[in-house]
Amino acid sequence: MSDASNENKGAIARFLAAPPDSVGKTVFIAVTLCLVASMIVSAVSVALRPLQEQNKLKDKQANVLQVAGLYEPGMDVLEGFSVFEPHVLELETGTFTDAFDAATFDDRAAASDPELSVALSDDPAGIGRQSKFVTVYLLRNDDGSLDKVILPIHGYGLWSTLYGFIALEENGNDIFGLQFYSHAETPGLGAEVDNPRWKSLWNGKKLADDAGELQITVAKSASAAGADHHVDALAGATLTSVGVDNLVRFWMGEAGFAPFLENLKAGEI
Amino acid sequence: MAQTKRDLLIDPLVDNNPITLQVLGICSALAVTSSLQVAFVMALAVTSVTAFSSMFISVLRNQIPGSIRIIVQMVIIASLVIIVDQVLKAYAYDVSKTLSVFVGLIITNCIVMGRAEAFAMKNTPIDSFIDGAGNGLGYGALLLVVGFIRELFGAGSLFGFTILPTVNNGGWYVPNGMLLLPPSAFFIIGLLIWAVRSWKPEQVEEREYKIQVVEGH
Repeated sequence: MSDASNENKGAIARFLAAPPDSVGKTVFIAVTLCLVASMIVSAVSVALRPLQEQNKLKDKQANVLQVAGLYEPGMDVLEGFSVFEPHVLELETGTFTDAFDAATFDDRAAASDPELSVALSDDPAGIGRQSKFVTVYLLRNDDGSLDKVILPIHGYGLWSTLYGFIALEENGNDIFGLQFYSHAETPGLGAEVDNPRWKSLWNGKKLADDAGELQITVAKSASAAGADHHVDALAGATLTSVGVDNLVRFWMGEAGFAPFLENLKAGEI
Repeated sequence: MAQTKRDLLIDPLVDNNPITLQVLGICSALAVTSSLQVAFVMALAVTSVTAFSSMFISVLRNQIPGSIRIIVQMVIIASLVIIVDQVLKAYAYDVSKTLSVFVGLIITNCIVMGRAEAFAMKNTPIDSFIDGAGNGLGYGALLLVVGFIRELFGAGSLFGFTILPTVNNGGWYVPNGMLLLPPSAFFIIGLLIWAVRSWKPEQVEEREYKIQVVEGH
């Protein structure tokens, strides 16, 4: 290309015709491309965030509904969820607190906030830090008396932390259901925690025996405390079963919901 | 080699399949084929990323400095992958939960980079788009075949619908648990490569060495 023809072109055309390997052009392309790409990515991310947050919330609410036995496929989750009464619970005292808004309180964020959580030394559930406050859901009968409580639980299985809910009857001892909404256990083996037939085993089990000792266990062989406290372990998923056993016993124990369940039994909720 | 647009799209499906012939993209093929639904969404995601990244790279091909071309390609591919991931989280939340990290790993899928470097840097945007789509579909087709076998015999269902009622759910079929684990995809893909190469012997590579017969003295 001769100099004469170059002079006839505008600045942009001259730039495009310049050899791509010159230093100036290399830097220009790198910077421009990064700027353009980051702008597009941020725009998409910001535009889609409300939808994503809504999906997450809906998924969690659908799981609360499922564990309470109220979920039907195709139902309006938001509307169905309005029957629940969310409360933020202080685990240590087992009483509700008004310091946080139950509708927006984020348990998982609280668990990594040093002010709102404690590092566990005795940690059978493998969760590291435990939030001092959790969101629980109450379900009331038409006459206002308590029907069920839905408590959040989580703990480590084989590959992943399992997040879920346990639904208890109003006496604070009978289990209505158990459900995990987030985990990454082996499909077909550990992931059978999602199997409806296995989940239904939990229905009607009792946490503690008549003496008040926590007896619930997930095990291969029958428990000495009797069938009321024994849930059959998952075949081929020993470590996931042990994880579920540990996390249920942890959350139902003294470090977990025991103070709250005491208050519940005493009729103070 | 003159290729029509139709060839660009059809060739990678069987004759030049990225998995069976080029043996690329195996890693994600192992991970996402345990159920058909996930394999299907992954196939769509890879196809769109390969097609659009090839197109954008081809548009810029005369301006991309040779010294940073791989980085430029990566930036374009990574941006597209993030967009796909965000869209899935917004519109197909359940599937995005199962796909989790594998959507992000499309960035490192050799097929995407391979097409960008081998084809898009030398061809027009439209041809590159078609070539990318073809290769994505070739990858997707194999994913669906593997997913079909794994889900049917591993879980007794297809797209989540029960075909063979399993013992766990009160039926008669004892599922083959191994098929749900990633190594089984190795066996299935290996058998498929064998089958395709028996059907089309021209795909068999020449040996790099020969065992020589030494004549007796």
